Amino acid sequence: MTAVVRRVEAQDEYCMGCGLCRLACQVAHSAYPLSIVKAMKTGSRPVPRMSVESSADGMSFRSVRCLQCEDPECVKICISGAATRDEETGVVLIDEQKCVGCWSCVIACPEGAIIGPGTGRGKAYKCDLCLEREFPACVAACPNRALILREVEVVESTTREG
Amino acid sequence: MLKLQKAKFEIGRDFDRCVGCGVCVNQCANEVHFRDPYDESVCADDIKCVGCQRCVHLCPTGALRVVSFASRTREHGLWTSTVINEIHLQSDSGGILLSGMGHSRPDTVYWDRILLNASQVTNPSIDPLREPMELKTFLGRKPPLNRKNSLDAPEKYPQLELEIPVMFAAMSFGSVSLNVHKSLARAAMSQKTYWNTGEGGLHPEVRAYRDRAIVQVASGRFGVSPEYLEEGACIEIKIGQGAKPGIGGHLPGEKVTGEVARTRKIPPGSDAISPAPHHDIYSIEDLSQLIYSLKEATAYRKPVAVKIAAVHNVAAICSGMARAGADILVIDGYRGGSGATPLRIRNDVGIPVEFALAAVDRRLREEGIRNEVSLVVSGGIRNSADVAKAIALGADAVYIGTAALVALGCHMCQNCYTGKCNWGIATVNPRLARRLNPDIGTLRAENLLRAWKHELAEFLGGMGMNAIESLRGNRLMLRGLGLTERELEILGIKAVGE
Repeated sequence: MTAVVRRVEAQDEYCMGCGLCRLACQVAHSAYPLSIVKAMKTGSRPVPRMSVESSADGMSFRSVRCLQCEDPECVKICISGAATRDEETGVVLIDEQKCVGCWSCVIACPEGAIIGPGTGRGKAYKCDLCLEREFPACVAACPNRALILREVEVVESTTREG
Repeated sequence: MLKLQKAKFEIGRDFDRCVGCGVCVNQCANEVHFRDPYDESVCADDIKCVGCQRCVHLCPTGALRVVSFASRTREHGLWTSTVINEIHLQSDSGGILLSGMGHSRPDTVYWDRILLNASQVTNPSIDPLREPMELKTFLGRKPPLNRKNSLDAPEKYPQLELEIPVMFAAMSFGSVSLNVHKSLARAAMSQKTYWNTGEGGLHPEVRAYRDRAIVQVASGRFGVSPEYLEEGACIEIKIGQGAKPGIGGHLPGEKVTGEVARTRKIPPGSDAISPAPHHDIYSIEDLSQLIYSLKEATAYRKPVAVKIAAVHNVAAICSGMARAGADILVIDGYRGGSGATPLRIRNDVGIPVEFALAAVDRRLREEGIRNEVSLVVSGGIRNSADVAKAIALGADAVYIGTAALVALGCHMCQNCYTGKCNWGIATVNPRLARRLNPDIGTLRAENLLRAWKHELAEFLGGMGMNAIESLRGNRLMLRGLGLTERELEILGIKAVGE
């Protein structure tokens, strides 16, 4: 069985570390998704679902978010059943209600894409690909087309190894 | 010691809008914006601001304004704030004043004093949306008009074929980022015109666009090799540049990083010094030797262009260049840009390209050798109207450098020589150069050419012409507005109303 799923592809060579993707992510996941000022200035700051990393010499940058693995380590390790993978959309989600903030997923994620420690929320957060939007907020915000939305075909196997 | 330098700009920050995201901090290579370590608030140090507007464009909430510094010296027609600032800068530093881009004084722009014609009643105009419009241009030496042997071998006259008479001017890799070269090269490929490598050699990553590359041979001979000459569609000998006639170039060692050094074929970290003259060219005869050496080296398969800055005796010099064997003459007016030039030279040496073009075209016609060369002008060509006027004044094509960079995002802060270009254009710093995604750059440069194509077609149609060839050297299509009789005479055009 094949499915067409959404993916955000990062062209790191054009990432200039401006952080507008992270800001757009925060705003999109806030109580005021239409106003950057209100989203960022009302109450506590919204948590971004991704991060921007800089190389040690400050010369190159990476926009980091969940790769939506087909066999996600975070789902396998989650002790509370908060992390799940939606088979239809291929998106890995963490249910905020079920998350107990043990950070197992943060440690297990090979991409370092799960946000949690340091936010003061005691919950793990990750990219949900903004499925309700035409473009993920980060992709729409990137001024240098370093982030590209791709529709990719993945082969879904009903029986998984391991 | 108290520095007498004043800020040129001041940063206005609307704190109601500022969300402290820090994009202004991470985007400013001049370190104007910074985070106060005590309270994490974003602050600005106005005196470092060059006015490039990067922060204003990137600020997601529109919280920033970069405006001219309001505090001025008492008004004086001669001792303006600019003049006083320049003296203060020199008395602070003891150095010559450097600048980037072209002539900055608001002297008369003669393009703006020349007006184009249009058809009314007595001759029909043509709608370019309904009828074919030909912008195709060939550059190169044309066969003599009175040739005895009409079977003269066409391969003796190699030509460049342009779909729009606008080419991208020489800007070397090193003075601009590789992403600029990629953007302009790809746009030149798709729009079927040419781009110029400048004197920094041809980087392997842009070799794919060599069919549309003009390779430059300048006084420093950087990057020149038999392969390099062979790769270009045309070879351009650079004698001078409008932004700095009579002086050489100097790419400081710190900018000669690995890639730049490899492309220029010099050791990394060494200063890349282009001498003021070519040390093997002290006369027209010497120039002829170099032209024919290059032609021999490439088996006469490529036209050879010679580029000079527009100076006082430009007509006589160009006549000599044509006779020396140049196939294309390039004249760069005093408004021509540069990555680094002494401010005084930039503003006070050379002449406007409008006059140089008119004088050269007339001289070559009078001497009966106009058909032997193509004329290309550059130096302050801003839009399609300038292109149309240049062609009517006798140019075969134009080069655009500054206009192309502006299309890629340049905001004319004129600090190219610092290597801190926040728009990722005039820099080879990998942190900054990545800011110009060549996919976007290509599209923007292509769009500019496409837009100008449409506008040129509109001009032609309005004048009742359907080919750019009908406009070429057609000074009857031009009238001068507010020009002196002598200026009109030199330009070879009538006054408005005549």
